[in-house]
Amino acid sequence: MKASAFTYARPTSVADALGLLAAHGDNAKVLSGGQSLVPAMNLRLISPDLIVDIGGLAELRGIIVTGDVIRIGALTRHVDVLNSPEIAAYAPLLTEAVAHVAHPAIRNRGTIGGSLSHADPAAELPACMLALDATIVARGRNCERRIVAADFFRGIFQTALSADELLVAVELPRAQERSTYFFHEFTRRHGDYALAGLAAQALVEDGIFVDLRPALFAVGDCPVLAKAANTLVGVPITPKRLSEALAALAEELDPHTDQQATAAMRGHFAGLLLRRCVSALLGRPELSSNGRAA
Amino acid sequence: MTAPLPISLDVNGERIDAHVLPRLNLADFLREHLHLTGTHVGCEHGVCGACTIRVNGEIVRACLMLAVQADGSAVETIEGLSDSGEITDLQAAFRDRNALQCGYCTPGMLIAAQDLLKQNPEPSRDRIREHLSGNYCRCTGYQAIVDAVEATVRSRTGRAA
Repeated sequence: MKASAFTYARPTSVADALGLLAAHGDNAKVLSGGQSLVPAMNLRLISPDLIVDIGGLAELRGIIVTGDVIRIGALTRHVDVLNSPEIAAYAPLLTEAVAHVAHPAIRNRGTIGGSLSHADPAAELPACMLALDATIVARGRNCERRIVAADFFRGIFQTALSADELLVAVELPRAQERSTYFFHEFTRRHGDYALAGLAAQALVEDGIFVDLRPALFAVGDCPVLAKAANTLVGVPITPKRLSEALAALAEELDPHTDQQATAAMRGHFAGLLLRRCVSALLGRPELSSNGRAA
Repeated sequence: MTAPLPISLDVNGERIDAHVLPRLNLADFLREHLHLTGTHVGCEHGVCGACTIRVNGEIVRACLMLAVQADGSAVETIEGLSDSGEITDLQAAFRDRNALQCGYCTPGMLIAAQDLLKQNPEPSRDRIREHLSGNYCRCTGYQAIVDAVEATVRSRTGRAA
């Protein structure tokens, strides 16, 4: 189908864009790469009155490393994240995850700010923000807010952004030298949205987790940091302890059923993902099976 | 501003000035305003890849880009790639290997395959499949398409099949 008619504005500064958003509120939609917004408009799932195309705002583009912080501008495209030597060096989880975002033609247009403010529960990047303990920088007409990722994602396509705010950047702490990461998702086909996925950042010393941040996606209304993983930090991991953590994980998740997968299937995947994550990060293959004969 | 807006862009090396409605997507602009009907429109929501074109040298979905967003850019369609001779060998390999039946996906498939070969002259079969994973073909089962791309890799790197 074709998008319904709308008014189109291409602001030349962030201040202009914020002025338009303040004036039009919920009737306006911000167009970045358009890889989620335009399909939704073509399918007539949404019909905004005003499109505010921020694509020309060069100040929102680019990756800057300052001290221990990596700042990624909202308009930085997935392909730019994928090919960035700074991201590969300081946030390699993101390099790996972004390769799973859709397909090359989509990654050439889609942006990190667009993906995060769209907040699709099955998207990879929101979960990475949780795992990496990112800060989302949102600008309104009168102030700039810094929102920790754990408070940013509120529900299906719901974030902490208000209608007159613009996500301008995300800031990631530079990964510690000895930190490790894990990423895996179950999909029907390469590039599809995940049926369930996990992005994790961790610090392991002498076979013990000093820190473990596994963020699951596509298993609820928004990505979640698995609280159950806290029981795996600072202690030796035995098969029993891991099984207890997986049981606790099943309690804390509330997966949904849709035409792609049932809630039970998603719950099963979540357990598998955390098990494989722990096994891979500790380099202990024996933990990857649950002890029963395969 | 729901009235037509002026745009200027380069399409297959030719400067184009036009007035378009904001809602018009780039695929429809190419097909209906410029009569470049090699850019096919399948799903219209970015899933099938039939509308794949190049904008500023990079492949994109023409159905997910507004024509107004293409203002100031350089667009290349299958007609441009075909006429320039850039993909003559790839097209020949598609014919030789029966890598198309109805042909609906073929322009997008060729542009996506050429994009891979420009970035990576010797991709593995898995890499070829991965790069074409955003382009649907409902006829061939993909095997012949991957064969054709592989054959082109061999001929371009001087290792004839």
